[in-house]
Amino acid sequence: MAISITVNGKRHEVAATPDTPLLYVLRNELGLNAPLFGCGLEQCGACKVLRGAEAVMTCMLPVGDADGARITTLEGLAEDGELHPVQQAFLDEQAAQCGYCSSGMIMTIAALLWATPHPTDEQIRTALDGNLCRCGSHARVLRAVRRAEALMWGDGN
Amino acid sequence: MSNTPPNKPSDSSPADQHTPVAGARSFFGAASRQLDDWLAIEPDGTVTVYSGKVELGTGVRTALVQIVAEEMDVAIERIQMVMGDTARTPNEGYTAGSMTVKSSGMTLRRVAATARQLLLEMAAAELGMSPDELTIRDGVITPRGAAGPRVTFAGLMAGGRFDQPISETAPLKQPEEYQIVGTSASRLDLPARFTGQPSFIHDLRLPGMLHARVIRPSNVGAKLIDLDDASVRDARVVRMGDFVAVVAEREEVAIRASRSLRVTWSEAAPLPAMEALHESLRHEQATVRVATASGDAETAIQRAARQLSATYTMPFQAHASVGPSCAVANSDGESLTVWCATQGVHPLRAALAGLLRLPEERVRVIYMEGSGSYGHNGSDDVAADAAALAHELRQPVRVQWSRADEFAGEPKTPAMVIDLRGGLDQGGAISGWIFEGWSPSHGNRPRQEGDFLVGRQMGAAEPPARAFVVGGDRNAPTDYTMRDQRVTIHWLAREPLRFSSMRSLGAFANTFANESFMDELAAAAGADPLAFRLRYLDDPRARTVLETAARRASWGESLPPGEGRGLAFARYENTEAYVATVAEVAVDGATGAVRVRRIIVAHDCGQIINPDGVRNQIEGNVIQSLSRALKEEVRFTPAGITSMDWESYPILTFSEIPEIDIVLIDQPGQSPVGSGEPATVTTAPAVANAIYAACGARVRAIPLTPARVSAALNASVRK
Repeated sequence: MAISITVNGKRHEVAATPDTPLLYVLRNELGLNAPLFGCGLEQCGACKVLRGAEAVMTCMLPVGDADGARITTLEGLAEDGELHPVQQAFLDEQAAQCGYCSSGMIMTIAALLWATPHPTDEQIRTALDGNLCRCGSHARVLRAVRRAEALMWGDGN
Repeated sequence: MSNTPPNKPSDSSPADQHTPVAGARSFFGAASRQLDDWLAIEPDGTVTVYSGKVELGTGVRTALVQIVAEEMDVAIERIQMVMGDTARTPNEGYTAGSMTVKSSGMTLRRVAATARQLLLEMAAAELGMSPDELTIRDGVITPRGAAGPRVTFAGLMAGGRFDQPISETAPLKQPEEYQIVGTSASRLDLPARFTGQPSFIHDLRLPGMLHARVIRPSNVGAKLIDLDDASVRDARVVRMGDFVAVVAEREEVAIRASRSLRVTWSEAAPLPAMEALHESLRHEQATVRVATASGDAETAIQRAARQLSATYTMPFQAHASVGPSCAVANSDGESLTVWCATQGVHPLRAALAGLLRLPEERVRVIYMEGSGSYGHNGSDDVAADAAALAHELRQPVRVQWSRADEFAGEPKTPAMVIDLRGGLDQGGAISGWIFEGWSPSHGNRPRQEGDFLVGRQMGAAEPPARAFVVGGDRNAPTDYTMRDQRVTIHWLAREPLRFSSMRSLGAFANTFANESFMDELAAAAGADPLAFRLRYLDDPRARTVLETAARRASWGESLPPGEGRGLAFARYENTEAYVATVAEVAVDGATGAVRVRRIIVAHDCGQIINPDGVRNQIEGNVIQSLSRALKEEVRFTPAGITSMDWESYPILTFSEIPEIDIVLIDQPGQSPVGSGEPATVTTAPAVANAIYAACGARVRAIPLTPARVSAALNASVRK
């Protein structure tokens, strides 16, 4: 049986062998660019996508284990041409330098704000500890989380 | 004897054939002075700007566009910037040293002003008016005041060229007229990053492209003894000398092949034991040069009431880009095109031409953005890997380094040792200051085949140490006015690991040493560290950043036991931006763990082109340098490097990020200088000084680990 995955709302039959990490299927078979190779060791978070509503790393996840999964990459996060609140917040806060880690961070935060609409500072930092950034845009990213929270759910009152 | 403070570092060695001026000129290229090489007015009214600089994720694309938009009276949206393409852009050498806005930005200011003046003259001729009677708004020229005929840039040029040199006399706008420069224009490149548009060299896919992985020994210099082609079935094994790669149509196939390929390497010369590294540097072959000297420092120290001395050490550190280096190349055997994230397309072209024995004009290097590089990381080496493979296979090849390839292969920032000695007189004033540093030159960007990993593996000899040295003396001279002082650098010919340029070069270690020792002298004199420094600072801009940071940090107000504040000051390169940093830390006396709660920075980089861009740079400098100060050290054994992933080379994570408070001191009347590096150099000493203030532990080795804090704490208790 061929493996199939649904990515950004569209179903795809996968040509790669089942042991191929999902990252290479997304990038090379489907031509997506947002999930990026950072370590291949599940240490840095650059390759994160949403599987259902959960942020997962794709650099070691065999595509065979994702058979039937619903995957959302950064390319599929906007709806009807409108940016997702986390994307909008990143723009408003100019929350990047090189931007290599941005996609993985946006996925982590989108998942966090669905599961925990009003996270504590510690919950935000813990959720993002799996996303490494070398340029040092952390302070902006933390501000962007609060801005996204307000855009998604109001100010919490 | 002169009392003039030797605040400016000088290279006074007459023996050096390669003067810093000549070196600096080629380092930043030899760009055309013809206007058309920099700027074109397109028929649709847009303006194309050609820049030999590249966007490294620092926001210079946006800042340069702001400068052109301001000077030409064209909206930012109408300007497109072509950056870093040897076939299209001027040769501006490397994008490095926080020099892009300062040098290239000022060239583009002249370019835009020249174009504006020529367009005004053309419009005046067409309208039968004087240029003084005309005004420009977003590329449209009209008579001042009253309504009247209008001409556009595009209409005047009609797709033609200016055929004029860049004018040195075309009028520039005055800062008070600025409407675009000085504003926080949004980064032009970020929308693509946040929506998943192709953004990086990693995203380039050419038709018929092969995916390659390289297989290297853990120690540069090891030779290939045996290669078992049969251990790989579905990928092609390419061997060129000792260079080994696997290529396949599918990336995952190349990755699997790179893991299963059986390769035997010879043992290379063993590295020294890591614990003996810094002592071993003192015994390396070195050229000794005095960076600055005045008075008689030795006698002043001998006559002083008290003498102090201390040794500070800096380990090897990695650029540690989050995305390992990647490049794509294509060749028909006669000409070669390489897409990569190099910091210097023109210098890399020359080096690649040498590597593959091609005429330089047959090689084209096109910049595409990579993961942030912070200096000379693996980007040039991976470009050479791709070039060599494409040239051999006559096919487009994409080389993606693995995480381990990057940690093992990238040139590190070199290890350094610094000895400081100083005296205090009866009144607690400094009497003599002697700095002695051991550092190699930090500039090893590729010039010839042996500078590339692949070049060495294809048989080129290891190049000798370069005559033009850079970086080891950066900020070795302090900015303090001291009568009797001497600053000496032992320029090392080699170090055990491959090394080159990383953000701020030797200024990181030198400022750590100077500003830590300044604190040690202040403590010995029983003086407040802020007041002590101010005694030796005459430059009002220097005093202002220090006083501003201290005030913002509530300097002098008490903190709970176990907490402390420390400060540090530097003028980057002794001639560039002024920066003062205050760190607020809490130290766990039981474990030595340091929690950095708050970092306050006051920063003066002259005229500010984009305030939010400068803040972004400062935040990045603070966080990255804090990571380097607290955690980072490339580990190795005699057999090779062992820091090969994020567990063996940890960097700062979100849970460890302090509150960061930045005060920008704008100087609209001063020339802009770079902000990409200055705030990197003051973080480590500010934190080390804060640790001392918190608990009395003086740590003189980077990184400031809990083990070192504990050891220093125990030593201070025993005293």
